[in-house]
Amino acid sequence: MTGTARSLLDLGDLGFEQGAHLLVQRALETLPPGAELAVAGLDPALVVHLEAWCRGKGHRALRAEENDEGVRATVTRGRTDLDRWARAERAGRPEPGGIVASPDPSWGLAARGALVEPGGPPLNADLVERDLVWAELAPSLYAHAASAQWDPATAIGWDAEVALAPEIERAVVQIMTFLVENEQAALVVPARLLARIHPHFREVLQLLAVQAADEARHVEIFTRRALLSSGEMGTSSVSGRESLATLLTEPDFSLASFLLSVLGEGSFLNLLTFIDRNAPDPVTRQVARMARQDEARHVAFGVAHLQHQGKVDPTLLGRLRGAVEQRHQTLVSSAGLNQDVFDALVLLAAGEWSPSGIRRGYAAVQELQEEMDQGRQHRLVRLGFPADEAAELSALHTRNFM
Amino acid sequence: MTLLMGAVAYDPKVVTIWGGFRSWLNEHGCPFDFVLYSNYERQAEDLASGRIDAAWNSPLSWIRSRRLAEANGRTLTPLVMRDTDRDLTSVIVVLADSPYKDLADLRGETIAVGAVDSPQATLLPRSFLAEHGLREGAEVELRRFDVGVGLHGDHIGGERDAARALAAGKVAAACMIDSNHLLFGKEGTLSAGSTRVLAQTPPYDHCNMSVGDTVPEQTKRNFGELLLSMSYVDPQVRPLFDLEGLTSWRPGRVSGYGALERAVDETGFYSAEGTVTAQGYRP
Ligand SMILES: [Fe+2]
Ligand SMILES: [Fe+2]
Repeated sequence: MTGTARSLLDLGDLGFEQGAHLLVQRALETLPPGAELAVAGLDPALVVHLEAWCRGKGHRALRAEENDEGVRATVTRGRTDLDRWARAERAGRPEPGGIVASPDPSWGLAARGALVEPGGPPLNADLVERDLVWAELAPSLYAHAASAQWDPATAIGWDAEVALAPEIERAVVQIMTFLVENEQAALVVPARLLARIHPHFREVLQLLAVQAADEARHVEIFTRRALLSSGEMGTSSVSGRESLATLLTEPDFSLASFLLSVLGEGSFLNLLTFIDRNAPDPVTRQVARMARQDEARHVAFGVAHLQHQGKVDPTLLGRLRGAVEQRHQTLVSSAGLNQDVFDALVLLAAGEWSPSGIRRGYAAVQELQEEMDQGRQHRLVRLGFPADEAAELSALHTRNFM
Repeated sequence: MTLLMGAVAYDPKVVTIWGGFRSWLNEHGCPFDFVLYSNYERQAEDLASGRIDAAWNSPLSWIRSRRLAEANGRTLTPLVMRDTDRDLTSVIVVLADSPYKDLADLRGETIAVGAVDSPQATLLPRSFLAEHGLREGAEVELRRFDVGVGLHGDHIGGERDAARALAAGKVAAACMIDSNHLLFGKEGTLSAGSTRVLAQTPPYDHCNMSVGDTVPEQTKRNFGELLLSMSYVDPQVRPLFDLEGLTSWRPGRVSGYGALERAVDETGFYSAEGTVTAQGYRP
């Protein structure tokens, strides 16, 4: 050939059993298909291995005649490596602004923004639309959540002296037992949802993962407080578990997030404030306070996500209303809150078994329920419900709080 | 008509590969199905007798089914082959620090080969050695490593065991296909640089898609053209090609089977009519 200098690669004494193919590959990458690469080298098995390697990669190797340059073979570049990436596409762009409305399920677990070889098994996820799962707030909420993680072993002063009257201690144990049950529901729901979301919406997965981790800590600290003095847990009623079971069975991401985060965890914010305010000992106060910090974030994401969705889906409010009504119907014959829990909350606020104390405690729990109702109405209005409808829906919320 | 192809189940991936090809071909207007065989001999017989329309044949079962078919006045066509089936070689390998400088030095020694029915690790190297004056049972002894007998060497176990015997110093040399010498060096069965290629056979061809005369000419042509049109660019095709070890289909040819035909005749592996005459061969 005239005019073009033939490319030459000298492998020295490097053999194919020691990685020589990497140098050959690198040299071929700079050449167009059909171009030739002369390969020189000293490894005795070089030509045998080069031929076998080229055959498998879609290149052709031709053994060289005796020559002065030490060239052992000439490789004609194939196009298999190029063909593999011919139809590759970017899975959006890496930053949150680069998410796409409908990521291809076959992108699977690929990093957002990666160059994705087409093909491969489609992801087994059914939440694959931006408007179903996304909230603009997700990236900053995740960053905040990640920075606000705390260690249950050190965040709570477990050594503080706790010496309560036995009946008050029993009331604390009962409340903690109830909280653990609810936290377990709050752990399972986001964990299930996140496995159904396309990883393209990475920040939502991250946020839900941290949320599940938050709940794992809540389960731990409430359990630990329950067992602190008595070493025994309280009761779990059928009605409480019935109420939580309806959260676990809601398959729709928005509806599940609405029932759990906006209504349930929203009500829990008031409950945890109540426990903080009426805690008979510092450990009880601290566990309620630490959990409350996290819950506020969970509620914020639930509200932000539904606000985002409400903008693009005019049917959302109707569906949310339907979800509350349906859950109410399912639970209409259920007692709702475990009577032991209600009584324990009264005693906690009373602090003693005197008639005046009980009057005080009972009024405090009624006030708590009023606060919860106000809080729910407030959040429903933020989602776009008119005030009267918000009041009506709030009243249908489960008596079990969560 | 649905074109029915036989394939030998030498590995579970065979189901994935041919199931994938089946879907692709059906989607592209070629009714196609496959049946699996436990060994090549029954498949060769069924292809030759017209019980199946086509077979994904090892080079050895190509030879046998062709001989059986022709003995009955029928014809088979090697329709397509993988690009990676063309111009393979086998190598005779010795330890790097052994005294053997060329083939003649192996006189009086024992050489490891693969399974009795392996074209690349037994039949072709044995014929090649004999051609160079090293006849089995006369100038050299062959130690066979019979793994996956009936699979015509598709199972890599025999070649790997032969390589291990060489590494352990139990034999003077071992025979294997060129790509497996590279593989064994990379995976450590033979430590890098510990062996030397003493000799290399001339190039030969490997598997092909053999089609019988039960298939109408038009169907055969469509089938061949469709296969040749399969592209590595196609995301549905690429994983199948990767699994089956090809980057494109190429037209079939018989020019690469001469050495194996001779090897089969020299040892009487099959008769001219395709009867199994090899001693001690129980697929
Ligand atoms: Fe929680
Ligand atoms: Fe929560």
